[in-house]
Amino acid sequence: MEQIWVYLAASPLFGLTATLVAYSLGHWLYVRCGSTPLLHPVLTAVALLILLLKLGDISYNSYFDGAQFVHFLLGPATVALAVPLYLQLERLRKLWLPILISLIFGVLLGALSALGIARWLGAGLETQLSLAPKSVTTPVAMGIAEAIGGLPSLTAVLVVTTGIIGAVLGNGLFRLLRIRDDSVKGVAMGVAAHGIGTARAFQLSQQMGAFSGLAMALSALASALILPGLIDLLYAFLVPASPG
Amino acid sequence: MPFLHGITLLLVFQLVGEVLVHLARLPLPGPVLGMALLFVALILRRGLPDALNGAASNLLGHLSLLFVPAGVGVMLHFDKLADDWLAIGLALLLGSLITLGLTALLMQWLLRWQR
Repeated sequence: MEQIWVYLAASPLFGLTATLVAYSLGHWLYVRCGSTPLLHPVLTAVALLILLLKLGDISYNSYFDGAQFVHFLLGPATVALAVPLYLQLERLRKLWLPILISLIFGVLLGALSALGIARWLGAGLETQLSLAPKSVTTPVAMGIAEAIGGLPSLTAVLVVTTGIIGAVLGNGLFRLLRIRDDSVKGVAMGVAAHGIGTARAFQLSQQMGAFSGLAMALSALASALILPGLIDLLYAFLVPASPG
Repeated sequence: MPFLHGITLLLVFQLVGEVLVHLARLPLPGPVLGMALLFVALILRRGLPDALNGAASNLLGHLSLLFVPAGVGVMLHFDKLADDWLAIGLALLLGSLITLGLTALLMQWLLRWQR
């Protein structure tokens, strides 16, 4: 028994299978509990897998040997975002200017508010840099984190948490601010809470979901273009001035 | 075959994106350039091939699953999170609310201004 476990734990099959089983359990629990964003399947799956790895005394690296087959698909999934973007082409043509301005504003605000708050509360530099792309869809956020000197795997968790915050609190906030237009709500949700927010937007209305998906894809592109340069510039001035 | 054609197309665009980013030393993740190129290609072609639509919606339908392996990586950073939990928590919570609220208010104002 012990030998079988040692063999399996070291084989790529283990990491791959464990990832799919943990996600399926997480998804089952999520649907069972009325699809509340609080029980997002990613959270459950990550918690289950960490528990399993700790109990089985398996390193993250040997788990990732198998899990990388799932991780790899983030690349083609990012390319695939061109499809929903293309399907929204007509709306994009009509509303391109308000969307573009709001989008750039949202991308900058999303990164700078998180950086500013974390810096003000004394978070370490690596943590600050890992927070900067928190509103961007994971595959792109991880690429940005890597480019600016954050920790991609920490960024991945912060991104997922951000999406859940947006999905849980977004609609209440819009009601409070008396925002009724679904295209407006959708763009804000996609910019601030990427894919998880978009999934929530689709539950609320088709139009809100479509605009959210559009905003997510465009803000991924805008973030990848704007953030690395901006943050390099910002920290080139900020960091030497403040020791530690 | 349609799913295979679709996924092949996505991988080809990703590969072209990665190669161009590498050659031109662009500050972009390769897949993002691949997405932009595919978007432009679809506009020029004026139509979405069924195979591509199928592969893309399959992949995006399971997008959450793809975040799991990276998410498990948080176990490598428990120390960092324990040190900075308050700063991280507030940066995520307040940062997200500020971004959601102000972006929505700005776009609402812009739409009224456009009309």
